[in-house]
Amino acid sequence: MVEWSLIIYCGIITFFSRYLMIAILKKEMFTDRIREVLSYVPSAIFPAIIFPAIFLDNSGDLLLEANPKIFAAIIAILVGLITKNVIATIFSGLISYWFLIFIIFS
Amino acid sequence: MSIRSKIFFKGVSDVAPLMIPVVPFGIIFGVLAIDVGLSPLTTMAMSIIIFGGASQIVFLQLFSAGASSLVILSSVGAVNSRHLLYGAVLSEHMSDFKMTWKIIISYFLVDQAFAVTNPYLKKSNDKDKVFHSFGAGATCWTVWQTTTLIGIFLGSIIPEKLGLSFAVPLTFLALLVDDFRKLINVIVIIASGLIATVGYEVIPFKAYVIVAAVSGLLLAMILTKFKGLNNG
Repeated sequence: MVEWSLIIYCGIITFFSRYLMIAILKKEMFTDRIREVLSYVPSAIFPAIIFPAIFLDNSGDLLLEANPKIFAAIIAILVGLITKNVIATIFSGLISYWFLIFIIFS
Repeated sequence: MSIRSKIFFKGVSDVAPLMIPVVPFGIIFGVLAIDVGLSPLTTMAMSIIIFGGASQIVFLQLFSAGASSLVILSSVGAVNSRHLLYGAVLSEHMSDFKMTWKIIISYFLVDQAFAVTNPYLKKSNDKDKVFHSFGAGATCWTVWQTTTLIGIFLGSIIPEKLGLSFAVPLTFLALLVDDFRKLINVIVIIASGLIATVGYEVIPFKAYVIVAAVSGLLLAMILTKFKGLNNG
């Protein structure tokens, strides 16, 4: 069972990323410079999940015209900018997506 | 109530408000895992063994796209590298903890638990302060397992045409809301996103996540360097 061993390995990686910092890493090991660069990790990695899920269709082709996900994502970004609220961002995007696919594009 | 349980419940109540966004996130994970064809048992095992929302979603995404084990592992590793950031502050306050406690707390310490553990450890001198981290972590754990279970049940009920998989990019988008106002972050976000989108078909082995992430981080290194030079 490949997926089981994979899950266990991912569990080990996740555990050690947390354990390392508690048990081994020391404050002196981090210069301000390293800390600054590490603070960009979410901005560097999450878009790699976000963009393809919005701009690509199920077969991996670019979908720029009549793509309700682009509009819904823009609304979610605007709501996120204004409210800075995680829940409001997710649900404004989902609700506008449903509005678009069930009412406008249907 | 003993002092230990008092400290434990302080951890529980401190982290409770942060659990609100975790509820939909956990449910979405459960629904999607069933959607991509994982069994309820495997899905539950993932939440228990990995216990990290972003790691689990990235795993699902790449697994369903048919990525190799190596690519999945390195991408999950990249997602987790943000945890190293907390090390600078936390290790200092936890140096007195027993090895067993360090292991238990490490397993429990998701982002939300970090957020409340750090300020508490900073100001508390109590010898039982580890129970605060334990309370916060156990709360996160319970909420995550419960919502995964709810998602597993809903996964077989919710119709596919609702397009709930769109909740994944939205959830990650929501995690970035604080960065939308910072110029360097926005540049890094757009660059990484474009590389991943273009690279989705072009980069072999579905390594687009890790390639985009590393490129984005290199770009951040360069941009912050320039910023530093201008300010200095």
